[in-house]
Amino acid sequence: MAIRRAMSGRIMDRTAVVGARYMSSWWRSVQPAPKDPILGVTEAFLADQSADKVNVGVGAYRDDNGKPVVLECVREAERRIAGNLNMEYLPMGGSVKMVEETLKLAYGENSELIKEKRIAAVQALSGTGACRLFADFQKRFCPDSQIYIPVPTWANHHNIWRDAQVPQKTYHYYHPESKGLDFAAMIDDIKNAPNGSFFLLHACAHNPTGVDPSEEQWREISHHIKAKGHFAFFDMAYQGFASGDPEKDAKAIRIFLEDGHHIGIAQSYAKNMGLYGQRVGCLSVLCEDEKQAVAVKSQLQQLARPMYSNPPVHGALIVSTILSDPDLKKQWLKEVKVMADRIIGMRTALRGNLEKLGSPLSWQHITNQIGMFCYSGLTPEQVDRLTNEFHIYMTRNGRISMAGVTTGNVEYLANAIHEVTK
Amino acid sequence: MDSVFASIVQAPEDPILGVTAAYNKDPSPNKLNLGVGAYRTEEGKPLVLNVVRKAEQLLVNDQSRVKEYLPILGLAEFNKLSAKLILGDDSPAIQENRVATAQCLSGTGSLRVGAEFLAKHYHQRTIYIPQPSWGNHVKVFTMAGLSVKNYRYYDPTTRGLNFQGLLEDLGAAPAGAIVLLHACAHNPTGVDPTVEQWEQIRQSMRSKGLLPFFDSAYQGFASGSLDVDAQPVRTFVADGGECFIAQSYAKNMGLYGERVGALSIVCKAADVASRVESQLKLVIRPMYSNPPIHGASIAMTILKNSDMYNEWKIELKAMADRIISMRKQLFDALSAKGTPGNWSHIIKQIGMFTFTGLNSDQVAFMTKEYHIYMTSDGISMAGLSSKTVPHLADAIHAAVTRCC
Repeated sequence: MAIRRAMSGRIMDRTAVVGARYMSSWWRSVQPAPKDPILGVTEAFLADQSADKVNVGVGAYRDDNGKPVVLECVREAERRIAGNLNMEYLPMGGSVKMVEETLKLAYGENSELIKEKRIAAVQALSGTGACRLFADFQKRFCPDSQIYIPVPTWANHHNIWRDAQVPQKTYHYYHPESKGLDFAAMIDDIKNAPNGSFFLLHACAHNPTGVDPSEEQWREISHHIKAKGHFAFFDMAYQGFASGDPEKDAKAIRIFLEDGHHIGIAQSYAKNMGLYGQRVGCLSVLCEDEKQAVAVKSQLQQLARPMYSNPPVHGALIVSTILSDPDLKKQWLKEVKVMADRIIGMRTALRGNLEKLGSPLSWQHITNQIGMFCYSGLTPEQVDRLTNEFHIYMTRNGRISMAGVTTGNVEYLANAIHEVTK
Repeated sequence: MDSVFASIVQAPEDPILGVTAAYNKDPSPNKLNLGVGAYRTEEGKPLVLNVVRKAEQLLVNDQSRVKEYLPILGLAEFNKLSAKLILGDDSPAIQENRVATAQCLSGTGSLRVGAEFLAKHYHQRTIYIPQPSWGNHVKVFTMAGLSVKNYRYYDPTTRGLNFQGLLEDLGAAPAGAIVLLHACAHNPTGVDPTVEQWEQIRQSMRSKGLLPFFDSAYQGFASGSLDVDAQPVRTFVADGGECFIAQSYAKNMGLYGERVGALSIVCKAADVASRVESQLKLVIRPMYSNPPIHGASIAMTILKNSDMYNEWKIELKAMADRIISMRKQLFDALSAKGTPGNWSHIIKQIGMFTFTGLNSDQVAFMTKEYHIYMTSDGISMAGLSSKTVPHLADAIHAAVTRCC
């Protein structure tokens, strides 16, 4: 702005003007960006010197010692990979093998849809990348459409569809009074949305609330979405992590497939294979037939090419090595169940501790909710007190990452929560 | 239920990656893939550098390593070392904390993140790219929200640089416009400005307040020297002005599929760089949250260990030397055959690619009759070996004399 004003005032002396611009930064007016609400929490945690500090912020799994975990099946896969393969570019659509195995997880091991080649699928940069690719695809091919996003949702969902320039609306989801699902309002929103709207659904282990529809509720949701001709897009970041059984966690998706929806799915291996930083995921879009799937896949590739050309090979190799080896796959399923079980155990422990302390509030929701997160119901002010007085780090929406809870800190955590809520 | 995407048509094959696809389908034993710019050994095999294998083993054997999310901007040490690599160890811009660096997905990712940042924060939405340029440049910048114009670059009559045209076009660009510069080993022509020409370009651009955006995909690969290949970037930074730099480790470290790269934004002041850095995060988070850890860890391991760094320089020079040797051999073969035309551009051009000057009919002829796979623009010299040079020379000779 200052530069433009300077220009108009000095038309005569153009060289001096451009010289002046050359001397100052182009970026003076760039504002400092707000910290990412989720990732900023871990930054603050790391900076804290206190010995008691607890990180229940970012959704990355921790073992009972509070340590990050690399799955044994992953270590073994890496040993097999290292030194053996070259690092050539993958195709734009990524590792075919990895994608094949990944579709089986979501659509079913013996899915007819896979056999009929009706699914357009590409390797993506974990869940984020899959959602962004879909959002760009939606923008390009359904430019008049909008996306309905649940309230609340993972904060980055809003950023993704915004940067893809797809208009957003919200639908009711979380019911604060019951700390459960606001089912009636959700169905109303589905009915009231213009026909052919796009709906973002969390396939399992809703982030950040941990509140999932029951099977019956999913059937009703499917029915109403179908009646309105809406498009169902599933973000499945926690398959296996919710119940411990990947098949069970895919139930919502399978219901929609049975009902004949042509869905889209974003899958991530960040949590269920512990491959966070490897950025491995998959975007799939179910089409009418093989021809359409080929066309859609080619268009998805056209969107990936100007973003990163082709996806990273290492993480995809780990996934395909594990899933195509029956023994390693079995081992993986065991290790996923261990993680899920530990979290379920911590839910029980946290609720138990709070009740033992004689908390006047109901903490049922801790064990009713599922997956990595517990929507505690704590207010931002209470969260701030937890951080400032007790060195407990979580996002200000009261979301507790249960993965960060251990037998070593669950009592401390319960005490602190009790202190700020009594 | 009808699909909402029922009317979607199949996208055309990517012209560059489509070449390899066609090559793979060809059953001929004489087929030659001179398409995608990935290095090949004398035996025509992909190459993983020894030093890269070493780094890989160190990583896999290190039980303390975890797979946690990287920060949004990636590995901090990798970023510092990448900035040093392109700007020089003693760069004042680095010493003064004026460089904001983000680990990105190879060159493509670095370009895209930089372009989206520009579309958000810069007052000029037009980027000038050389004619011709890497095919994906237009798509990257357009998707990011910039509009693309061309400046003259390649002169088909000399098969060299159209320097006058370049200066005229940049001179006519609106003040503040963004200009894409290939730092070295221009893709696809192999034609680079001389040191003197770079100096004139720099002066002209700075006097017009044009913003340089360097694409550095071949540092060390062009001349064999990391420092020599970085000179154009360094002279721009030395004048104190601002610029963007997209770096790739795909070719010079052979890390292709691992997607290792970095975007550096050189700013006038440290506090500006810090704010710019914070805004880069907002571009990246909704794209892929944080970058992949594996490849950058390998690169960082090599960059920070002086023995490994020296090993790398030696292996890099060997790759560059082999390509230079292929150029010489092809030129000699065509001279020996008396192939009509002036082929000196083959040895004057630099880097992985050669703009042959052949037309698309001749290229189609070479594909059909000699099973040579190349883009209609040029040849990836990295795909040649001493054994296959004669076959290519035959094909070019035939195309020039018998066809079109």
